Amino acid sequence: MKTVYKLLAVATVIFAVTSAFAEDLEVMHWWTSGGEAAAVAEFAKAFDATGNHWVDAAIVGGEAARAVMVSRITGGDPMGAFQFNHGRQAEELIEAGLLRDITDIAEAQGWKDVVNPPTLLDACTVDGRIYCAPVNIHSWQWLWLSHKAFEDAGVAVPTNWDEFVAAAPALEAAGKLPLAMGQEGWQQSGAFNVMMATLVPQEVYLGVYQDKNPEIAGGEEVAKVFQAAADARDMAAKSTVQNWNDATNLVITGQAGGQIMGDWAQGEFAVAEQVAGTDYSCLPGLGVTEMLDTGGDAFYFPVLKDEAQIAAQSELAALLLEPATQVAFNLKKGSLPVRGDIDMSAANDCMQKGLALLADGKILPSTGQLITPDTTTQINTLFTEFFADPSMTPEDAQKQFVSIIEDAE
Amino acid sequence: MKRPNQLFRNFSAKIAAIPMIVTALFVFVGGTAWTVVYSFTKSGLLPRLKWVGLDQYERLWTTKRWIVSIQNLAIYGISMLVLVFVIGFILATLIDQKVRFENVIRTVILYPFALSFVVTGLVWQWILNPEFGIQSIIRDLGWTNFAFDPLYNPKIAIFGVLIAGLWQGSGLVMVLMLAGLRGIDQEIWKAARVDGIPAWKTYLFIVIPMMRPVFITTLVLVVSGIVKLYDLIVAQTGGGPGIATEVPAKYVYDMMFGASNLGQGFAASTMMLVTVALIVIPWAMLEFGGKKHG
Repeated sequence: MKTVYKLLAVATVIFAVTSAFAEDLEVMHWWTSGGEAAAVAEFAKAFDATGNHWVDAAIVGGEAARAVMVSRITGGDPMGAFQFNHGRQAEELIEAGLLRDITDIAEAQGWKDVVNPPTLLDACTVDGRIYCAPVNIHSWQWLWLSHKAFEDAGVAVPTNWDEFVAAAPALEAAGKLPLAMGQEGWQQSGAFNVMMATLVPQEVYLGVYQDKNPEIAGGEEVAKVFQAAADARDMAAKSTVQNWNDATNLVITGQAGGQIMGDWAQGEFAVAEQVAGTDYSCLPGLGVTEMLDTGGDAFYFPVLKDEAQIAAQSELAALLLEPATQVAFNLKKGSLPVRGDIDMSAANDCMQKGLALLADGKILPSTGQLITPDTTTQINTLFTEFFADPSMTPEDAQKQFVSIIEDAE
Repeated sequence: MKRPNQLFRNFSAKIAAIPMIVTALFVFVGGTAWTVVYSFTKSGLLPRLKWVGLDQYERLWTTKRWIVSIQNLAIYGISMLVLVFVIGFILATLIDQKVRFENVIRTVILYPFALSFVVTGLVWQWILNPEFGIQSIIRDLGWTNFAFDPLYNPKIAIFGVLIAGLWQGSGLVMVLMLAGLRGIDQEIWKAARVDGIPAWKTYLFIVIPMMRPVFITTLVLVVSGIVKLYDLIVAQTGGGPGIATEVPAKYVYDMMFGASNLGQGFAASTMMLVTVALIVIPWAMLEFGGKKHG
C-alpha cells in the first residue's frame, strides 16, 4: 500500500508542476463539418504550440451548442472559452457579468488598429469594454451559379439577379431546378435579407433592421423585396432538400441553376474540386449591389477563478488574432480574416472578390448584430411559412413582417 | 386501549417516502410554480424578474405558429386517441382467437414500440417520401398517376405524422388490451355462449365494461404520449412543410433555446399545463373522487 501512496503522491506533484506550465483549456464550438473541423484544428495546433493544451469540445448544431454553453455558464461550470456568432447572442451573458472583460488584452495587442472592419470590435464591445475576440468574417450576400446547368439549358450564365430570374423558364424547360433552397427558416429568411441588402438602396436595410422603422418595413421598397422573394419562391418551388449543403450540392452537380447562400458554401465547391469561373460563378451582392455583411464568429471567455486558467485564456485570446493563425484558420474555413494587414494571396477567386470588397469598405452590419435572436426566430418562422405556402401573398407576408419589426428591440 | 399515535403508523414506510415527497414538492411543484412566475417576466436568455404582466401571453395568442400548433395537437390527439384504441383493441381480439404463432405475431406488432420516436420518424419520412417511398413503388408497378405524399402537402402533413404515431403506438395498446382480455374469467365466456349471445356483443357489452381499469391505464399512457409529442415531429418533418406540423412542445423548446426568449417559452408551457389540468382535474375527480368510501 505504501508504495501506491508514494506513487500517487509523486504523480500529484508531477501533475501540479506540469499544470503550472501547461494548462488544459476546454474550448467549446459547433464547427463539426469537414472544412470547419480542419479550420479549428489550426487554432488547436497553434494553442498547443504555446505549451498549453486545447481540449476540444465540439457540439453538433449551433442551436444545441448554444443551449449547452449557456446552461454550463449559468450553472456555474464554465468552460475555458467558447465560440458564438458576432452580435447580440451573448448580450445578456455580458450584462449578467458572466463573461470576462478582455479589454487589457485587446489594448496590449492593438486590436483597435488592426481589426478591419472596426464594426467587428464594436460588436464585441459593451459600455466601452471588449468581451470577445472576433476570428473571422462570413457574409451572406452571394449567389452561386452552376455553369453546367446554364450550358444544358442553352443560356448564358447570368451576371446578376434579374438575368437569373429571366433565365428561369429556360432552366425549367431543360428539366433543371432554377433556384436551390433548403427548406429551413434561416436559409429562407437569409435569402430574403440578402435581397433586401442588395436589390434596393442600402438605407432600406439599415432602416428596417437598425432603426426598426415600421414605416420603412411597410414601404414600397420592401414591397419590391417581397415581390423578389415571391419570384424566388416560384423558382424554388420544386426544391425539396432540407440542408443548405444538399442544396449547394444540387448546384455543384448542375441539377440546379443557382443558390443564394453565404460564403461558407465556398467550402463545398472546394471539396468537390470545382474551379471558380469555369465550373461555377459567385456573384457577391447578387451581382446588383456589391455589398457584404460582416457576420462571423468570435470567441468569448467566461469569468474563471483559477489563476492558471485565466492565464491560459489570455494566451488563447491573444493568439486568435495573430497574423499566422488568422491566415491558416481562414484559408481552411473559407472565411475572410478579421485583420486587413495580412497576406491572403493563397485565397481563390471568390475569396479575393470578398477581400477586395472588404478593403473598399463596401460592408454592412449583419442582421445578427442588429436584431435579437428572438426577432430572428420570428422572421425565420414567417419565411418558412411564406416559402411553403404559395397562396400566401407578398402583401400578407409584408404585413406580418411589419408587426415583427414594430415589436423588435 | 390506547390508540397508537397516527404519526407513527407505518412509520418506516413514511420515512421511505420522504425523498420522493421532497422531490415531488421541490422539483415538480416548485419547478412548476417557478415557471408560472417567470412567465410573467421579460426573461430572455437568462431568467430575470422584470415584470411585464400578461405581455407574453398576449404575444403567444397572437402568434400564428402557436395557434397552428394547438390545432395540430388537437387533430393529432383526437385522431390518435380514437384510432389507437380501435386498432389496438381489434388486433388484441384477433390474437385472442387462439391463433397459431401468437407469440411471433405479438412480437412483430409490438416491435415498433421498441423503436424510439426518432427512428420511427426517420423511417416514415423515407416511406412517405414521394421519390423513394410508397408513391414510387406503386408508380413502378404501373399506376403512374398514383400520388401519395402527405408530408409534402401542408393540408394533410399532420396525418403523415399520425400514421407514424399509430404504427409506433398500436402495439403497446394491443398488448395491454390482450392482457386485459386474458384477465377475463373463461366462465363468463361460457355463460355468454350458453345464453346464445354472439361473440361481438359479448366483447362490446360484457368484456369491455369489465376491462375498465385496463382502459384507464392505457388512456393515461396514450394521452401523456400525445401531449409531449415532440421528437417524432422533429425527426419526421421538423415542423414543416412551412409550419404545417408544428406542435406546442416544439414551440416551447424553440422559444427557450433557439430564440433565447425564456419568458415566451414559459408562457407557452404554462398554457400547456393549464390545458392538461383542465382536462385531467375534472376527470380525476370523477374517476377517483367518489370512491373514498366505496
